Amino acid sequence: MPEVKKEIKIVNRLGMHARPAARLVQLTSRFSSEIIFKRGSDQVNGKSIMGVLMLAAPYGSTIKVIARGDDAAAAINEIEDLFRSKFGEE
Amino acid sequence: MIERIFEGIAASPGFVIGKIYLFDLEDTAVTPRKIVVKEIGLEIARFEDALIETRKDLLRIRQDLADRAGRKVSDFFDAHLLVVEDRSLIAEVVKGIEEKNLNAEYIFQEVIKEYTKAFLQIKDDYIKERLSDIQDVARRVLQNLTGKKRSDLASLEEEVVVIAHDLAPSDTALMHQENVIGFATDIGGRTSHTAIMARSLAIPAVVGLGNISTTVHNGDPVVVDGTTGRVIVFPSRATLAKINREKQDLARFESKLKELKSFPAETTDGFRVTLAANIEMPDDLPAVTAHGGEGVGLYRTEYFYLNRTDVPDEEEQFQAYNQVAKRLNPASVIIRTLDLGGDKFNSALDIPREINPFMGWRAIRFCLERQDIFKAQLRAILRASCQKNVKVMFPMISGYTELKRVLKIWEETKNDLKREGIPFYPDMEVGIMIEIPSAVVVADTLAGLVDFFSIGTNDLIQYTLAVDRVNEKIAYLYDPLDPAVLKLIHQVIDIGHQNNIWVGMCGEMAGDILSVPILLGLGLDEFSVSPVMIPEVKKVITSLRLSDARKLASTVLKYRSADKIRMESRKLLANIDPTILKWEANMQ
Repeated sequence: MPEVKKEIKIVNRLGMHARPAARLVQLTSRFSSEIIFKRGSDQVNGKSIMGVLMLAAPYGSTIKVIARGDDAAAAINEIEDLFRSKFGEE
Repeated sequence: MIERIFEGIAASPGFVIGKIYLFDLEDTAVTPRKIVVKEIGLEIARFEDALIETRKDLLRIRQDLADRAGRKVSDFFDAHLLVVEDRSLIAEVVKGIEEKNLNAEYIFQEVIKEYTKAFLQIKDDYIKERLSDIQDVARRVLQNLTGKKRSDLASLEEEVVVIAHDLAPSDTALMHQENVIGFATDIGGRTSHTAIMARSLAIPAVVGLGNISTTVHNGDPVVVDGTTGRVIVFPSRATLAKINREKQDLARFESKLKELKSFPAETTDGFRVTLAANIEMPDDLPAVTAHGGEGVGLYRTEYFYLNRTDVPDEEEQFQAYNQVAKRLNPASVIIRTLDLGGDKFNSALDIPREINPFMGWRAIRFCLERQDIFKAQLRAILRASCQKNVKVMFPMISGYTELKRVLKIWEETKNDLKREGIPFYPDMEVGIMIEIPSAVVVADTLAGLVDFFSIGTNDLIQYTLAVDRVNEKIAYLYDPLDPAVLKLIHQVIDIGHQNNIWVGMCGEMAGDILSVPILLGLGLDEFSVSPVMIPEVKKVITSLRLSDARKLASTVLKYRSADKIRMESRKLLANIDPTILKWEANMQ
């Protein structure tokens, strides 16, 4: 099964909070691949809002995204775009 | 009873006098109950039904809020909805029921408790606040599981001032505007969702009051002063008289703003400017009309490209532009061509990752290379121009050669349409945004090529002062009234006028109350601001004499610090109408 990994830097001002987290989970849920976010020793399900909120990634920190499945590459690309667009918050 | 004053944080402005209704987020504590194996399926089904019910409740609240306060606020409930859809959470509860043979509400509560514990360990106040969203959802799920529906604030039968330890976002959303006239809470801050919602629903509110909820009683007379952040219980007659005076003063100011709606933005000595609105999509138009805007000075078109995986075609864009033009006619609409890049991206366009995107391949630089995308947009704009009120504006122009290249493509596109027999308005006005300092320096070479300049202050300030205002360490340097910025603006307006073209402004500075008199004095012809800012900007313009504004502008151009410039502008405003500065915070 294809697996794609990528390190992504959190660039929006509010780190990764309610609305960004909601947008992120809405996006990840569209893919069939399993999606995992890792920061330090913490690892969460990328399709779980509770998990993503728990990651509490502050501004400037880096998280690792792992996608496993047929649409893994597309998932990583879109997740990266969402982060880069600062979740359309500004 | 003696008057007691509580000081808190002003969360939503305005004054109300009313009776206290104590509201508490009673805990829906549940006890464990053993179930037998054959009941497991039933228990899981009960849990799933409760989730479905909660989802319905939340969707109803969100829709109601969207209707009354707009999508930006109702989106707060997106996270709430995702909690009831959270597969990991649901799986944990189902597993708990199966393994422990206990009732659904108890297992659910235990799972939420575990999450709560974990959230409380996060050293981030904003995230901690999200815990209140989760608990809000959890309470609703438990209520649906136990069938013990708490009375919603929406069902109150008389007007009250709600006092609570804390209010969940969904409680605030349900406050029936007729009956909850104000609220005050022990905890919370200005940026909490509850406070933002209160402002959107125009309910005066004070938060962060400490322990008010445990020291007052139902029915006590109370004043909520959401403007200065005070709550007064058992107000004295003198206090009531004072609050009533303030209330009337504010109401007068607000009705004056409303009266201005159908009047032009004209100074007391008869100088008229255009006061237009910035919009992102056709849906924003009702707000423009409601606030008395004279057309659209900036129609951002990035919205089409964001949050989608394909690129919008000519037809889709034409439909939107044409709709906006039709609805605004005869007022004009200035469509800005694509300003992607920087911090705005589209996933279908392969814009490479850059280290310094604001100085990178964005806006017109991108369009010049991706002419397929650029031309599709230009064709759509030209086709919509048959309404004769459409103008086009190019962003991020840095100099003469670049502008010549852009205009060449513009002419080519026009020729293409001519050849294909597609009608458009040949005399359509073409303008450029002035947002790069180099464009100011060579503005004299650009002015002859276009019909107008529109100053984009957000970028002009950032590039001139070399400040990324998102960077908190240096954000203090970002100042629209910095003498360097004012000098550039002065230069652009003068060069525009010397070349007989008009000069507008579509950045946030055009809506900054202290900047408006100076800009007016510098000769700015058009102000384009977000729709909600229009009444206040109009109030400032219609209160001023052009001669005073000119005097102010020539005075502050000699000043060396932004603070001094600001003080001078404040002085003039205080002189002509002190209510503008007094109630500024009330207007959003």
